[in-house]
Amino acid sequence: MAFLIVQALTGLASAASLFLIASGLSIIFGVTRIVNFAHGAFTMIGAYLAYSLTERLGGAFGFWFGLFAAAVAVAAIGAATEILLLRRIYKAPELFQLLATFGVTLMVQDLVILAWGPEDLLGRRAPGFTGAVMILGQRVPAYDLFLVAAGPVVLGALWLLFNRTRWGILVRAATQDRDMVAALGVDQKWLFTSVFALGVFLAGLGGALQIPREAVSHSMDLRVIVEVFVVVVIGGLGSVPGAFLAAVIVSEINAFGILIFPKISIVVVFLVMAVVLVVRPFGLFGRPEAARRTTPGATIRPWQPLGRAGRIAVAVLVSALAAAPAFAGPYLLSVGAEILLFVVFAASLQFLMSVGGLASFGHAAYFGLGSYGAALAVKWLGAPMEAAILAGPVLAGLGGILFGWFCVRLSGVYFAMLTLAFAQIAWSIAFQWVAVTGGDNGILGVWPTAWASKPAAFYWLSLMVATVSVAALRILAFSPFGYRLRAVRDSTLRAEAIGIDRLSTQWIAFAVAGAVAGLAGALYAFLKGNVFPDALAIPTSVDGLVMVLLGGLETVSGAAIGAVAFKALSIWLMSQTDYSKLVLGAIIVVLVVFLPKGLGGLADLVRPSGTGRNDASGSSPSEAAR
Amino acid sequence: MSVLSVADLDAWYGPAQILDHVALDLGRGEVVALLGRNGAGKSTTFRALVGLVPRRSGRIGFEGQEIGRMATHEIARLGLGFVPEDRRIFTDLTVEENLEVGRRPARAGLTPWTPERLYALFPNLGEMRRRPGGRMSGGEQQMLTIARTLMGNPSAVLLDEPSEGLAPRIVEDMAAAIVRLKQEGLSILVSEQNLHFARLISDRAYIIERGRIRFGGTMAELEARPDIRDAYLAV
Amino acid sequence: MTVVVDVDGIHKSYGGVHAVRGVSFRLAAGEMLALIGPNGAGKSTCFNMLHGQIKPDRGRITILGRDTTRLDPRRIWALGVGRTFQITATFGSMTVIENVQVALVSADAALAWRLGALGTLKRAEAERLLALVGLADQAGRPCGELAYGDLKRLELAVALSNDPKVLLMDEPTAGMAPAERIDLMRLTAEIARERGLGVLFTEHDMDVVFEHADRIMVLDRGNLIAEGSPTAVRHDPKVREVYLGGGSTFAAETEVAAPAPGGAQ
Repeated sequence: MAFLIVQALTGLASAASLFLIASGLSIIFGVTRIVNFAHGAFTMIGAYLAYSLTERLGGAFGFWFGLFAAAVAVAAIGAATEILLLRRIYKAPELFQLLATFGVTLMVQDLVILAWGPEDLLGRRAPGFTGAVMILGQRVPAYDLFLVAAGPVVLGALWLLFNRTRWGILVRAATQDRDMVAALGVDQKWLFTSVFALGVFLAGLGGALQIPREAVSHSMDLRVIVEVFVVVVIGGLGSVPGAFLAAVIVSEINAFGILIFPKISIVVVFLVMAVVLVVRPFGLFGRPEAARRTTPGATIRPWQPLGRAGRIAVAVLVSALAAAPAFAGPYLLSVGAEILLFVVFAASLQFLMSVGGLASFGHAAYFGLGSYGAALAVKWLGAPMEAAILAGPVLAGLGGILFGWFCVRLSGVYFAMLTLAFAQIAWSIAFQWVAVTGGDNGILGVWPTAWASKPAAFYWLSLMVATVSVAALRILAFSPFGYRLRAVRDSTLRAEAIGIDRLSTQWIAFAVAGAVAGLAGALYAFLKGNVFPDALAIPTSVDGLVMVLLGGLETVSGAAIGAVAFKALSIWLMSQTDYSKLVLGAIIVVLVVFLPKGLGGLADLVRPSGTGRNDASGSSPSEAAR
Repeated sequence: MSVLSVADLDAWYGPAQILDHVALDLGRGEVVALLGRNGAGKSTTFRALVGLVPRRSGRIGFEGQEIGRMATHEIARLGLGFVPEDRRIFTDLTVEENLEVGRRPARAGLTPWTPERLYALFPNLGEMRRRPGGRMSGGEQQMLTIARTLMGNPSAVLLDEPSEGLAPRIVEDMAAAIVRLKQEGLSILVSEQNLHFARLISDRAYIIERGRIRFGGTMAELEARPDIRDAYLAV
Repeated sequence: MTVVVDVDGIHKSYGGVHAVRGVSFRLAAGEMLALIGPNGAGKSTCFNMLHGQIKPDRGRITILGRDTTRLDPRRIWALGVGRTFQITATFGSMTVIENVQVALVSADAALAWRLGALGTLKRAEAERLLALVGLADQAGRPCGELAYGDLKRLELAVALSNDPKVLLMDEPTAGMAPAERIDLMRLTAEIARERGLGVLFTEHDMDVVFEHADRIMVLDRGNLIAEGSPTAVRHDPKVREVYLGGGSTFAAETEVAAPAPGGAQ
């Protein structure tokens, strides 16, 4: 009994930081409608700055002042980010905002290593809270008790701020109706900046408060952001009390889960989230999103199947690519095969996003399931390559059916966050279930059959799969099913009124996209000869998104071009610089701000009128209908 | 002298031009009606005046300043209040908090509005100061949107379809309130579809159709032109 | 007359607000029935219950002999109920004719799952529907380029694609120019008579209502307060009180058209 109480207290102590960070994310979303992917990065900066300041200043005052100053500095960095970056993309689709803030995250990862080095740093202990307190005969760290108290205090302070100050009332009003607040004479720009600074301040403080408890590391940003996404999704985006309750729930599940299911504790949290979302799609305290914004892919220029000239051009291109082994060496051919497999992956994501209007942030799950499906078939069943390659899409398709059932019940940012969370489930299973997947060591020795083992042969296999997959997805896009999928995307109301079922239509699309991604993943495992949990990780998902974005969201298969451009660039960057994340992050940010229509949008930019940019960031159709 | 004078006002939503060279004037202490059917461009005119459409061009003079390129909040701070259609109150906020959002410093030469003065003008609101906006009737919400804008101590107000969807008895209260505001010295431009309501409150009227002003004159001049009424106003 | 819709005592409340209280009515084949009333009277709720978007708390809805009270919009459409929306709902990324083709092909089980291109499937039928609503010459245009009035016509063509016996139209002429309004409603009335289609519509434009409705129902605060011919409803004192008005602020124009005792001021 005593042990359980102590464990519960440990959970509450962890909840404090999580709540601070999550409430910051929620507050920012409430007003700006931006899901700040960089929130984890700001938390990490807070922790690093707190570490440096407390080391430098020393003493009790130095410690507490250091924590506070770190949070203030993070708020200043956040305000600068808001002014320089976010102000330009407030009206863009949410996908662009997530991507831009993810780009910031990537940049911060490298910058932090540049500034503080790659080693984990151990902070000092909090003066006055270094010892332990005996509770029911068990030792509880005094700092934990401090954190247990800090959580409710911050909750109360935020409540007062939002209900008893003019600023808080303005923020609540802006959460509901931004235009109206402006029409009443309030300068939204600075209101937004101050809200963003407050949210990021809370993130920085959450990070700073953790330094006496755990080491500061340069990989904490993604771990934090995923945990925080889970918290705000359970609690309801935009709700501070919801963030508090959910932070407690998640932390307690972690504290006790680790006792009951030590191997799959992460999975339990995600399962709770999935259940909450099915029962209450907008979280415990959340409210339905009133206005839906422009859906990705929706364009007013109707798509056309390829004409005669287009088909001839594609045939010529494929033939030219097929001739590559005549002059390219083994390294170039294996790079070529890798790029082609990512063409398949990107095309499957584009089908889901551009045709289906569903922006998945966890598409890597299906790529990775495909890799693992193939690798496991080889390792445990001794399957030959031909059979194992089929096992990939089958496992990925099944994953798509299972996860898709939950995901298509949501839309917009909630859909994006849930897909991300499911990808993290898949990742943590691959990572934690060492007996089957080999965990971090992966599965090695996944080699192709003799006929495909020559680089040229594997390259041709990849080229064939890429050609067939892209063509098949195009055919599907122009089939009656593809039209129904677009119908649901364009107007769910009208689609249902002519007998089209939204859920089943999107569910099928989700499973198809998953299976095709799995095919790419299966071949990828054979190309590399191994598979690691990285295949399912967030960066792989984001690579896919950038490829689609680069190729043009409003195209049927521009992602193929985007994949070639992006993959070639990132392979080249890896060979040129140690700070490839910094460069990639910057590229993503620039892409989102200046080239939201992808490479195809370049044509719009050079045109004198420049209407291309207005369409992407301008009014939504619903506004125009007013 | 005009408080608000508009010339060559164009506005677009995406590629569609909604307003075409709109021109109108609002004199000090005057109530002017902007009449037209659904979709004729009344709301867009108002939203363009306060900078809430994505793209606009033209000359908008307000209190001797050119506001055609100003941001929405700057226009509001100069003293041009905007009461939108659809009763866009903050439903999560109480009556008092809604008024607080609208509060701005007093303006020289005008008695500043306080919640107490507004409760006297709209007695219903005074009885529900702590009630969230979402739990009020349509008529009460409409009163609150007007009161909230008055808290900014504007010298002129744009009222977008204040009678829309309200029961006739409430519409009568609304007309009485507008007449009292006029007596306080406020200049009011009101958009309406209901000619009868407009007659009760306005000195002059403009008719807008497909984004263009088709008629401008006193109410008496409009009465004398049944042809114009039949051509442009929905029955 | 064949009854195509039979509504029996439907109720609906949301969070303590009683939006619709025991509304009953019937719609006959070939009839144009208007549902009018002030904002918030419950018109949209009634509409959405008929169309299956909202389920009534109590009462029963029978459409074409089937109990549809608990059915969702898809199944109600399959029974033969077309619908147009107040804010036009069309597929903006498609051409005009593709909008109609999707509807036709989805309804056809043999074609819905074909893997070939939509291409010319059901094209002839779609062209006939477009010709019916006067959009034949715009078939190949992107839907996003259509004028507002033409979008409304496109919605009508899509709603007719299942050869429905019932048509639900929510403020069909809102936002249209005067000439367009008359054209659209005249067209609808013609189609209704030719095909024996029962049409239920809500409308704020009294011109449209009095000109084109065979029968009018008036809803106020969730209750049906009057029902009858346009003339009867226009002179019903209760209706004048809650909606058309006889006081100083409302509906003067109806009196211009038909001077009635106790007019304005």
